[in-house]
Amino acid sequence: MSAIISTSTNTTTNIVWFFACNVIDVPPNGGVCVKYDDVQIALFRFARRDAWYATQNMCPHRQQMALSRGMTGTHNGEPKVACPFHKKTFSLEDGRCLSDDQECSLTTYPVRVENEKVYIGIMQEA
Amino acid sequence: MKIVIIGNGMVSYKFCEKIIAKLPSRAAEIVVFGEEPRPAYDRVHLSEFFAGKTADDLLMAPADWYAANDITLHLGDPVQQIDRNTKTVHSYKGITEAYDYLVIATGSSAFVPPIPGVDKKGVFIYRTIEDLELMRDYAPKAKRGVVIGGGLLGLEAAKALLDLGISDTHVIEFAPRLMPRQIDESGSRILEQQLRQLGLQIHTNKNTSEVIGGDTMTGLQFADESILEADMLVISAGIKPRDELAKLSGLETGHRGGIVVNEKLQTTDPEIFAIGECALYNGMIYGLVAPGYEMAEVVASHIAGEAQEKAFTGFDMSTKLKLIGVDVASFGDPFAPADTSRSIVFEDTMKGVYKRISITNDGKHLLGGILIGDADAYNILLQTAKNKVILPPNPEDVLLGARGGSQEAGPGVLGLPDDAIICSCESVSKGSICAAVEAGNETLDAIKKCTKAGTCCGGCTPMVKDLITGTMKAQGKYIRNVICEHFAYSRQELYDLIRIKNVRSFDDALDHYGHGDGCEICKPVIASIMASLWNDMILDKGNDVVQDSNDRFLANIQKGGTYSVVPRIPGGEITPAKLLVIAQVALKYNLYTKITGGQRIDLFGAHLDDLPNIWEELIDAGFESGHAYGKALRTVKSCVGSTWCRFGLHDSVSFAIQIEERYRGLRAPHKIKSAVSGCIRECAEAQSKDFGIIATEKGWNLYVGGNGGSKPQHAILLAADLDSETCIRYIDRFLMFYIKTADPLTRTATWLNKLDGGITYLRNVVINDSLGIAAELEAEMQSLVDKYKCEWKEVVDSPELRKRFSHFVNAPGTKDPTVKFDTLREQKKAAEWK
Ligand code: SRM
Ligand SMILES: Cc1cc2nc3c(=O)[nH]c(=O)nc-3n(C[C@H](O)[C@H](O)[C@H](O)COP(=O)(O)OP(=O)(O)OC[C@H]3O[C@@H](n4cnc5c(N)ncnc54)[C@H](O)[C@@H]3O)c2cc1C
Ligand code: SF4
Ligand code: FES
Repeated sequence: MSAIISTSTNTTTNIVWFFACNVIDVPPNGGVCVKYDDVQIALFRFARRDAWYATQNMCPHRQQMALSRGMTGTHNGEPKVACPFHKKTFSLEDGRCLSDDQECSLTTYPVRVENEKVYIGIMQEA
Repeated sequence: MKIVIIGNGMVSYKFCEKIIAKLPSRAAEIVVFGEEPRPAYDRVHLSEFFAGKTADDLLMAPADWYAANDITLHLGDPVQQIDRNTKTVHSYKGITEAYDYLVIATGSSAFVPPIPGVDKKGVFIYRTIEDLELMRDYAPKAKRGVVIGGGLLGLEAAKALLDLGISDTHVIEFAPRLMPRQIDESGSRILEQQLRQLGLQIHTNKNTSEVIGGDTMTGLQFADESILEADMLVISAGIKPRDELAKLSGLETGHRGGIVVNEKLQTTDPEIFAIGECALYNGMIYGLVAPGYEMAEVVASHIAGEAQEKAFTGFDMSTKLKLIGVDVASFGDPFAPADTSRSIVFEDTMKGVYKRISITNDGKHLLGGILIGDADAYNILLQTAKNKVILPPNPEDVLLGARGGSQEAGPGVLGLPDDAIICSCESVSKGSICAAVEAGNETLDAIKKCTKAGTCCGGCTPMVKDLITGTMKAQGKYIRNVICEHFAYSRQELYDLIRIKNVRSFDDALDHYGHGDGCEICKPVIASIMASLWNDMILDKGNDVVQDSNDRFLANIQKGGTYSVVPRIPGGEITPAKLLVIAQVALKYNLYTKITGGQRIDLFGAHLDDLPNIWEELIDAGFESGHAYGKALRTVKSCVGSTWCRFGLHDSVSFAIQIEERYRGLRAPHKIKSAVSGCIRECAEAQSKDFGIIATEKGWNLYVGGNGGSKPQHAILLAADLDSETCIRYIDRFLMFYIKTADPLTRTATWLNKLDGGITYLRNVVINDSLGIAAELEAEMQSLVDKYKCEWKEVVDSPELRKRFSHFVNAPGTKDPTVKFDTLREQKKAAEWK
């Protein structure tokens, strides 16, 4: 496991920030899949607004490891991703499904960028 | 209050749905008895059971729906007695329930004529899921099937036999023609011709006198002494209302069956109602589901004590069906008598289309009609007749539509009165849809949500869409067919902007002509326009992330997240040496192989990380991308042609290869397919393609605008007897014109259907150069042809691009561990998803 565990100095919550990849590894306005032990995390880069988002990689619709290959975009300004399989869309802000009211939302993760390196925050288990 | 319902069929279910919506919860105790072992299911779509639907798929609602709504449901337990004095019912299993209101919804059963031998093994009826299960179990033993009854249900049963694999299926009709009650003689003739073409054998004027055989049937004997051998029979000679219980309890029934009801659906006992196919109103049994639903509404509103009393006053018997793939519709009064009306008839025996409408003598109103073979206009014609809309000066326009005349055909859906029912499943009127649009619900989804229109069978969605645009226009809103919230342009406008301003990346387009960040709608549209215009490598210039999911990885994504690999095999011709390479690659990377419907070989189940390596090996052996993932030219199929075939007129394989190589990689609003046949026997199925070519004595016939898919359509002849060069010139012009003007994701067939002036206009543009753009179209195509490169080769040669083909950004080379395969017939297959 190549992740570097770096506990942030200025946070008070129990978030572990792990090094995901370099900024340059992520296509602008696209996504990549990050491996964190056995967990797959989809990481998205909104280059136009210099914003980063991370969610679970698995699409809850058919349990497909696919969201990192999905297309990013916005709906009324809210960032979202569309699954490549059946184009269900999910908010990247809170992970809720925008396509229907079914209860299938995504886990989201905080992202930090420092010195061209991208870190994803994982809530530490107590 | 306690409501007991006898029967749990479609109408009973609808009644339950309506009564719980109208009554506050727990205001009434509801008890339902159903004779069948499962809750109400969709009998109208019963035949889909043979097309793969399960009994569960067909349920109107699962058993827990009843529980969740406090409805007590007794299944497999028919009511055997109604005691009107004590107001109780007694069931087969011994349950006694008291009622305040009793609703009889026992439906009907199949009518079996008293012919000797109908009790033999191999004789079936067609009404319940159990009937179908019995047929399914018996069918594998049967070689020839026969159906008695050439009406609506009989033809459905015949289709079922075909679906069960009995290709030798016969229909016996007593009358001189099919569907005598719904359609006229010419209509029957066309229908019969179409059904024969689909493989059904039809015998009219036949009176069955006996089912012959021992314990098991072996055939039918007819009154004219002739015999038809068969080992399976379905009787579908009409329906018999289930009125036995009502009769037993002294309620009035009709001579020919049915429980007599008044306009409130009350039987002769005012606390007992009968609804659905068992009710006899005004001497009539309504054998369709919509009138039954209307009856359910009337009774539910009565019992719930709604202020406005509703009444059932008969129901329009208009229907539209698809019988074995042939549209059949009749509406209004299809048999209006000749002295009070005149009729307009359109008949195309080649295409198997027959349309007849009856109009009033003064030509003002539509009375009814019959549509066979093409019933697209059914909804609007039905509404025109029902609402007595004034017809256009040339009433034939409503039949022939935009293609026939230059003017708009009739006033369209906007000319309907406000109370016209647009969505008959959910009874939504034009007025309520327009009101909803005015209140700001300006998309189809919004209308579906707030009015429920279009949520059931979906047949009304085109009319709903027209109402949305019409209402918005009437409000003075300028409707542009804009692509999404990020770009206020239509595809054609964007195409021009991108071309004139030489836009090469999505970001560039967004900066200059859009706003926000884009989305999954505008991104692929703009990516496709740029690809059509410039033919640049689609993964360059940051455009990789705006490609549709398959284009982004130059492969089709599959269940489980693996991809497929389809090398181009132009014209379907391949050398044994190349076949070997495909086999070796498939073995090496453990890929499932299959011959596609497009005359080439698909290798499935490739990991994302393996794609560049697989392609590297294929490209080394001389293969190139097949663009199976793109909205691009797919395959040009060929038949063997004059090189081997004794009928071949020209070398169709060489021409197919030439054409496939010319247009390979060409990106368009939707995928494009083609084929070349060496003679009129048409073994390459060219007439089902976006453009198809058939050899003639003198050259090639060029057809355009065909497709398979869910709405198959034959291509139309654009030009005849062309030499090869002219043929290619016309194809250049045709394709470029399509690419420039079609809406996103519109195949050529749909585009041509919508094109003002249709094929005549297209011929003028392509052949007569009426717009003066032919030279430009040809030049544009030539520049695309010249710029063609195999995009997989570009990926294979570029380390930068190759890097994108890995599942984990922080663990390149590690394959997705969640991908799972199963085994089937010695190959792998994607593991089933949930
Ligand atoms: C592989 C193949 C089936 C097969 O095993 O034979 C196939 C497979 C798919 N077809 Fe097809 N079609 C295949 C021949 C056809 C044909 C037959 C033909 O081309 O002669 C048709 C009907 C002809 C036509 O298109 O007019 C056909 C009509 C469709 C349609 C409906 C198109 C329409 O306009 O209605 C779709 C959906 C779409 O494109 O939007 C579709 C979509 C698909 C997709 C791409 C669905 C998807 O997006 O994942 C399937 C990809 C499977 C995969 O994972 O690779 N496929 N598909 C065939 C590939 C041919 C090839 O060599 O490239
Ligand atoms: C193959 C097929 C295709 C059809 N296609 C169409 C179509 O395209 N369009 C259309 O409009 N209509 C179609 N119909 C007709 C449509 O299915 C009927 O009009 C509709 O099902 C009638 O509903 P119902 O509730 O009145 O009767 P049913 O659906 O027959 O339900 C009555 C139920 O009551 C039960 N029952 C009877 N007696 C008792 C008792 N004593 N106690 C308890 N339960 C009892 C029966 O077992 C049955 O389950 C088709 C029918 C068939 C068979
Ligand atoms: S018909 Fe085409 S799209 Fe449908 S399952 Fe078969 S291959 Fe897939
Ligand atoms: S698997 Fe993601 S939308 Fe279906």
